[in-house]
Amino acid sequence: MKKPDIILQLSVRSVRLNLLRSVLAALGIVIGVVAIASIGMISANMTLSVTEELSATANVLVVKPDSGGGGGGFGMGGGSSDEDDFLDPDQYNDIRKAAGSSYVYFLYSESDSIEAGSENGRSTIYAMDDEAMKDVLTLTEGSFPSTTSQVVVGPDFIERYDIEVGSKVTIGDEDDEEGESTVRVTGILEERGMSMDLSSDNAIIATEKFFTGRYDNEDEYTQVNVIVDDINDIDAVTESIDESLNRKDDEVQIQDSSRMLESISSTLGTLTSFAIGIAGISLLVAAVSIFNVMMMSVTERIREIGILRSIGTQKDEILRMFVYEAAIIGVVGAGIGAILSLLIGYVVVFGMVGTTEYFFAWDSIMNVPEGMIIGAVICVISGVYPAWRASNLDPIEALRAE
Amino acid sequence: MDSTPVIALVDVRKIYPLLSGDVHALDGVSLSIAKGEFVAIMGPSGSGKSTLMNQIGCLDVPSSGTVKIDGQDISQLSDFDLTALRRDSIGYIFQKFNLIPLLTAFENVEYPLVLRDRKYDDTGRVQALLDSVGIDAALAAHRPAELSGGQQQRVAVARALVNEPSILLCDEPTGNLDSKTSTQIMEMLARLNREGRTVIMVTHDASTAEYADRTIMIQDGRIV
Ligand SMILES: Nc1ncnc2c1ncn2[C@@H]1O[C@H](COP(=O)(O)OP(=O)(O)O)[C@@H](O)[C@H]1O
Ligand SMILES: [Mg+2]
Repeated sequence: MKKPDIILQLSVRSVRLNLLRSVLAALGIVIGVVAIASIGMISANMTLSVTEELSATANVLVVKPDSGGGGGGFGMGGGSSDEDDFLDPDQYNDIRKAAGSSYVYFLYSESDSIEAGSENGRSTIYAMDDEAMKDVLTLTEGSFPSTTSQVVVGPDFIERYDIEVGSKVTIGDEDDEEGESTVRVTGILEERGMSMDLSSDNAIIATEKFFTGRYDNEDEYTQVNVIVDDINDIDAVTESIDESLNRKDDEVQIQDSSRMLESISSTLGTLTSFAIGIAGISLLVAAVSIFNVMMMSVTERIREIGILRSIGTQKDEILRMFVYEAAIIGVVGAGIGAILSLLIGYVVVFGMVGTTEYFFAWDSIMNVPEGMIIGAVICVISGVYPAWRASNLDPIEALRAE
Repeated sequence: MDSTPVIALVDVRKIYPLLSGDVHALDGVSLSIAKGEFVAIMGPSGSGKSTLMNQIGCLDVPSSGTVKIDGQDISQLSDFDLTALRRDSIGYIFQKFNLIPLLTAFENVEYPLVLRDRKYDDTGRVQALLDSVGIDAALAAHRPAELSGGQQQRVAVARALVNEPSILLCDEPTGNLDSKTSTQIMEMLARLNREGRTVIMVTHDASTAEYADRTIMIQDGRIV
């Protein structure tokens, strides 16, 4: 086997001779690499899982009344040009027309207090046309409501209130103007995950008749969902609805899941940069400690440097010797950091994201080599100045040192 | 003997500017040393002997005057070339041995060879040299700190010889050794000189100076 470069051997031996000091310096790099890689992985896993969930509803457009902007004042009553916080049947029909062959349905929603099982809480209550309910929703258990006093609920709702098909749910409060209504659960919905068109997992879905009876808001739709046949038509359909309803005034807002995805990723991105900034500080501390250790190594070895120079070691060989020393600490630290970030990252991702399904996806796992490279490079950079100092020592002065 | 001197100094001055006034460590030294000579340099402490050796050994360049090694003016050379000259043409033996503490005795001797040839010794030359100065393979595996002064100086002699330099510079080579070991080292230097090497040695001790062909006395930076 070929022996390594003599200069590298000197570096290795120096690190070994001062093992404790070198290990402590490497520890800083380990921590920095673990912090950067883990945070990167958490962010990547969150983004991946959100993207996956949202892409399930990527072909859905959500149309809502445009409540913000446009100085309209206080218009009361119907009329399609008014700024209401609901959509009316005229608008609904306009959307249907504009959306062509897409499946269009309206949705009512309210938030109300709930009593179910032995617990109290608040929940979203949706209502939709009976037909749409059967077309859009999927049950895992039971059946759709056949009378106005029957509802279906999401799986998380079932779990939260610890109830089952057949249980009673009381909506509202005696003191409210709407009073109390009691309904019976007849079916449990399939889990839908995170979506922006209809978050049913933790909600109650009631019949339109029940809902408008209770809240006295017939024909005041909270939103209209448009399920586009072909995902490639999303933009065209959006355009067409916009043309038809927003020509005069901004009556409606049209959202698709890519907008939501964008805003979620940008929020995640901000949080991630902040967290990585903090992790960066730990790398800075590591850099300072490497710098310190390297300066110590140079100072301790001034005489040795003098000997090496006097018997013919070139400046750049001395430089290399100390840069190697920093690089050894960096590579070992970054390597240990990489192994630890795989272990710690896996646990933390599971804890924070809830799934490690995407852990080995490239966007996630690449944070490990990235963190390693950053850590090792920072080490080498911290070693450059001390190494430069060492290589520029005057050989005679260095030889005189004790 | 060759007519062109191996070492030629003309009016060499070395001035250390200090706050308390300039120190004229060398104050106009001219000398020439022929190939194969054994020269002893003597003088009181602080007279400039080591400074003179540093000029000859290309560790330093004079403030004024010229130093020529093999006809080459060293003030014309870059740091890189001076370093290469030290590695290839000059062997150093110091009072304090100056072995590399991280390397074994064997590796210390091998080191200049590796620097020059970029490969490790595969000819057995390193151990042969160590044998010739009385360091066997078992001893050669030790680090300098595990060797006695005499053993360290033997290793240093072997190291100085490994690149077959034409000049051997010895700054008080026996200064830290007892008289018996001193004699052994001096015998060794005399033998190397008989084999044709130019030897320049600084010493305090008149009896070691007797090994030399010529003694140069120096005082206050001048040859007397
Ligand atoms: N780097 C230096 N800076 C200042 N003065 C120095 C330096 N090196 C040597 N000197 C001075 O130069 C003179 C000669 O020193 P040196 O050559 O070491 O003497 P020797 O080896 O004969 O004892 C001394 O007075 C010493 O103090
Ligand atoms: Mg001296």
